[in-house]
Amino acid sequence: MTEATAVPLITDEMRAQIGKESEPWTLEVDKTAVRMFARSVGHTDPVYYDEAAAKAAGYRSLPCPPGYLGTPIFDPRTSDATFGGRRGGGPGPQPSRPLKRVLNGGTEIEMLEDICAGDVLTATSHLAALEERAGSLGEMLISTNKTVYKNQHGRVVAIVTGTGIRY
Amino acid sequence: MATTWNEVTEGMEIPALKKNCSTQQLVQWAAGSGDFYQIHYDKDFAMGTGLPGIIVHGALKHAFLGQLLHDWVGNTGRIKRFGCSYRGMDYPAKDIVCRGVVKRKYEEGGEKLVDLEVWTEDFEGKKTTPGFATVRLP
Repeated sequence: MTEATAVPLITDEMRAQIGKESEPWTLEVDKTAVRMFARSVGHTDPVYYDEAAAKAAGYRSLPCPPGYLGTPIFDPRTSDATFGGRRGGGPGPQPSRPLKRVLNGGTEIEMLEDICAGDVLTATSHLAALEERAGSLGEMLISTNKTVYKNQHGRVVAIVTGTGIRY
Repeated sequence: MATTWNEVTEGMEIPALKKNCSTQQLVQWAAGSGDFYQIHYDKDFAMGTGLPGIIVHGALKHAFLGQLLHDWVGNTGRIKRFGCSYRGMDYPAKDIVCRGVVKRKYEEGGEKLVDLEVWTEDFEGKKTTPGFATVRLP
């Protein structure tokens, strides 16, 4: 640590964002998307492709393969062209010194209930934590986001924790 | 054959899952996941950002670990949670081996559970995606 790092990267304005719930967005789970996701991973279990096999295994329809939590409804007026999700409302409060690069630090998914084709999910996310650290990449800003997915019955079916690294 | 909780012992390794992504698979993943970031299929774009070439999506490696776990627990068990950190890059046409080791076997809330350490290894055997999981078994 040097004197230059004495001023924290994280500003009060940034901290004020912690815990603020986003607007909800809708994700559809349909058979075509389940198959496409399973195929892209290379899944070989027929439950992801053949509805009869899925029902024989006790699912309501094709289940979501691990990592798949529905597809956000794409609308060119509001969706991001590259990532498909809703476009953000601008960059938000910025750190005290500019950080140019972004890395996906990690993903954790907690699955509380089966999600199957035909389900419609509603997600909301919030910034859960901000941390700054000096690491191999130099000064790093680590942000943790939590997204909670509810199904059409209002039950929480999955919670995703994502870690973003800016440096 | 689905695994049962009684068969599991702490320290045992679960069957490995070997992957080797073609660029075609990365394009399929882009469509399947909705992530069309160009560093995963456009070599010129990737190199323009300073990368040595196209890289495999971190979330795809997370999904590979999901397949590793699903293939082990089958449809009578369930993955309750699984996560990983993206520590190193992986490239198309290079082997990625997904592995897991049982760390703990226990019962909680009437469920038969197993905690695992899971990870992906690159073609040099480096752990590029270390992670963890909890699964429920019959």
